[in-house]
Amino acid sequence: MIRTPLRPLARILDARQKGENPDAIERENLRIRHEQMRDKARMRAEGRLLVMAVMFFGAFCVVGARMGMLAASEPAEPRAVHTGASIIASRADITDRHGRILATNMSIHSLYAHPQQMIDPDRAATELAAIFPDLDAAKLAARFNDPKRKFLWVKKKISPEQMQAVHDIGEPGLLFGPREMRLYPNGALAAHVLGGSSFGKEGVHSAEVIGTAGVERYFEDLLRDPAREGAPLQLSLDLTVQAAAEEVLDAGMKLLNAKAAASVLMDVKTGEVISLVSLPDFDPNDRPRPLTEGEAADSPLFNHALQGLYELGSTFKIFTAAQAMELGLVNADTIIDTSGTFRVGGEIIGEFENHNYGKISVEQVIVKSSNRGTGRLALAIGSTRQQEFLKSLGFFDPVPLEMIEAKGGQPLLPKRWTDLSTATVSFGHGLSSSPLHLAAAYATLANDGRRVVPTLLKQTSPQDGPQVVSKSVAEAAQVMLRKVVTEGTASFGEVPGYYVGGKTGTSEKLKPRGGYYKDKNINTFASIFPAHDPKYVLIVTLDEAADMTGDRPRRTAGWTAVPVAAEMIGRIAPLLGLRPDYQLGQLEGVVKVSR
Amino acid sequence: MTEMVYGTVSVRDGEPVLPKWWRTVDKWSLSCILMLFGTGILLGLAASVPLAERNGLAPFHYVQRQAFFGGLAMVALFLTSMMTPLMVRRLAVVGFLAAFVALAFLPVLGTDFGKGATRWYSLGFASVQPSEFLKPMFCIAAAWLMAAGQELGGPPGRTYSFIMMVVIVMMLALQPDFGQASLILFGWGVMWFIGGAPMLLLIGLAGLVVMGGMVAYNSSQHFARRIDGFLSPEVDPTTQLGYATNAIQEGGFFGVGVGEGTVKWSLPDAHTDFIIAVAAEEYGLVLVLAIIALYTTIVVRSFIRLMRERDPFIRLAGTGLAAMFGVQAMINMGVAVRLLPAKGMTLPFVSYGGSSLIAGGIAVGMLLAFTRVRPQGEIGDILRARTR
Repeated sequence: MIRTPLRPLARILDARQKGENPDAIERENLRIRHEQMRDKARMRAEGRLLVMAVMFFGAFCVVGARMGMLAASEPAEPRAVHTGASIIASRADITDRHGRILATNMSIHSLYAHPQQMIDPDRAATELAAIFPDLDAAKLAARFNDPKRKFLWVKKKISPEQMQAVHDIGEPGLLFGPREMRLYPNGALAAHVLGGSSFGKEGVHSAEVIGTAGVERYFEDLLRDPAREGAPLQLSLDLTVQAAAEEVLDAGMKLLNAKAAASVLMDVKTGEVISLVSLPDFDPNDRPRPLTEGEAADSPLFNHALQGLYELGSTFKIFTAAQAMELGLVNADTIIDTSGTFRVGGEIIGEFENHNYGKISVEQVIVKSSNRGTGRLALAIGSTRQQEFLKSLGFFDPVPLEMIEAKGGQPLLPKRWTDLSTATVSFGHGLSSSPLHLAAAYATLANDGRRVVPTLLKQTSPQDGPQVVSKSVAEAAQVMLRKVVTEGTASFGEVPGYYVGGKTGTSEKLKPRGGYYKDKNINTFASIFPAHDPKYVLIVTLDEAADMTGDRPRRTAGWTAVPVAAEMIGRIAPLLGLRPDYQLGQLEGVVKVSR
Repeated sequence: MTEMVYGTVSVRDGEPVLPKWWRTVDKWSLSCILMLFGTGILLGLAASVPLAERNGLAPFHYVQRQAFFGGLAMVALFLTSMMTPLMVRRLAVVGFLAAFVALAFLPVLGTDFGKGATRWYSLGFASVQPSEFLKPMFCIAAAWLMAAGQELGGPPGRTYSFIMMVVIVMMLALQPDFGQASLILFGWGVMWFIGGAPMLLLIGLAGLVVMGGMVAYNSSQHFARRIDGFLSPEVDPTTQLGYATNAIQEGGFFGVGVGEGTVKWSLPDAHTDFIIAVAAEEYGLVLVLAIIALYTTIVVRSFIRLMRERDPFIRLAGTGLAAMFGVQAMINMGVAVRLLPAKGMTLPFVSYGGSSLIAGGIAVGMLLAFTRVRPQGEIGDILRARTR
């Protein structure tokens, strides 16, 4: 920048020489500089003023254009604002295998208030409290009189009678919104399978019903899929069978003072679960809250058939025998020495009530339920092959049943699979699994050795699973199971005409801190019927059952689970369409005669 | 000799006041203002009836009051516009000090009329809102300071005016009255811009505002929801905005007819903040566009006339007044069409309100005084152009 001096020396000297006042020069220069500065500011302001004028003109044009657009658009009927995505309110029904309703929807109303539209909020609050005793008039009035509130829910679900009563108050600020609620017309029946539902997103015009558990939750997307056009979801359950099973199991549980009980009935060909019962149960229309403390298993929400992991005891022996036969190590008549002290990994394995069965055939090992016998077979099989076999029967993974809780049924396996583990697992100790696991494995044996996976959806054709054991081994196993009923531990399991076969299992309950309770047992009866041509598998499990009719409590499965299962089969077999067959007689050897 | 005996014949220096005023005043803007005032009375006939009915008064009570205050405002407008800029400046600075003191004593002596913000002095027959008067007076005072700051050896006027602006904005924000505060802020900003704000600083400030907005949007959920709610096309029909939008749509191009509108019955502020909705409903888009055209004419004409102005003070003061006037109208209408977030602001000369009307009259009178044609001493420019 070049600085021009206000008092240029040349001019000053010149002026002095001429006798003029040099200050005049400075003033003149100042004036010129001021003039220049003002001119510069004016030019700049001129341009900026033009910009402002254009901007204001443009802004006014925008306001005008917006006015025009609004004026040109159609006025819409005033309605409440929809927030977010629209709510899909429709939810498909759930039916049993014969199309009988298990879950459906009912149109009801919700009650909400617009306080600013209210004429007499205090009276409205008093009247509402009279209609709904659970509402507090004072609190309601305070909320109605709050000037900041423009909206509030009064009741989420009201009946037509209540709606009429509210209508009769005549308060314009009380409004009704239509919505659907989920209804389980059979109450507690199949409660654990269905699960339950609650409201998700709630609007004035509709409310979203979402599943909270069971198939309702598992099939959430399917049930709400608009493409299905409301087609009901058909389950494999049979409503009448389910009702009979629940009734019998409930009676058995009470008679035997059991804490809990579970039963699974499965079609061995298709894998369909015909009934799945867990007691105690609940009403899905009024689903209880989950427990916040204590054992989850104490809640009625706990599904013992699916989530309950138990050491299922001697019911496992048949798998050991079947594998040994499959591997060609033995056949049904091979003699096994069950006498003497049997020591594995430093532990002594004994028999029930310290029996000594001597040298008996493999078939008799199952019939008499010999721990030493199966233990010896298992050691002959070896740990690795035993694990592979149990894995192929599905004992290593949760059962892939179509329920959200199925994932919780992850079996508890021995941490290190030692020889002792091999021996104990062979008679069902050291490995905890759910009754449903057992049902699937027995169904595989009953389905002539082909793997069956349980499903809750109605099937039209048999499952084409891989062959786990050969047909002849499976048939031999079926004969053994039949003989357990005719001459073994499950003699109470005989149901005339239905040729029940099965295996009992009694195991002492595990203490939470290790070790076993002496007087708390899990009693299981895994059965197939009819044994000569197995169609169904029934598992009955009782938790802490005891038969108190004798002089001392009898806690074995033969006295508890077996009679309950027999009663159940007697009730449900006719419902399943099975004809009783008295022609074959009671001979144990006739199992395969009909073929 | 005669003169020595009888004294000189008194000769007026310059021409008479009224003819000079009529010759030099911006007649277009003046007509526009009168038309706006007329429109206000016309709309008041429709919009203030429900209010009068609610308060148990004669149907046209508020129209009469509006006409009375309007008359006062017109008197103030004409008187002010006849003054010289120097006179305007002197009076306005005194007025500014008075209004400032009045504003400062509001928290002690003012009333809030149950609206939650202490903005008024109750005089019994009427109420006065000091901030309405403070706005134009502030413009003049700030312009004076800024112009003085541009002189060689002048005071640091820009800084002084900035401090003044900040103090006033804080006082208004405390009332709270964010509408007036933003107007003051905007008016000062425009004067600063015209008075030669460095471009780089302006761009930097704009960038800072955008950045701050983005940060606030991303970090504050509350702020984001406000913005989203404003941007979303859905409008809650039970709010004032919902009613206003619906009224504009109902009105269409030619309106539902005089006195046939319904929105004035549901909107509590139909006669003030949302009078444009009443206009749109009863008279349609035609009247609304006419009103917008009137405001545009006043503002744009004022700017164009000020471009020729050589006196920095007159230029700055005029710009500030015109910008405030235009922006107030724009915000009021922008809210009704949901271009801007809701803000209580009256439509100058159209909305009902005594002090806003009189203050508006004074403000526009001053604007007219500044935009009058006067000798600009541009002979130097003309001569320079000749010699070139």
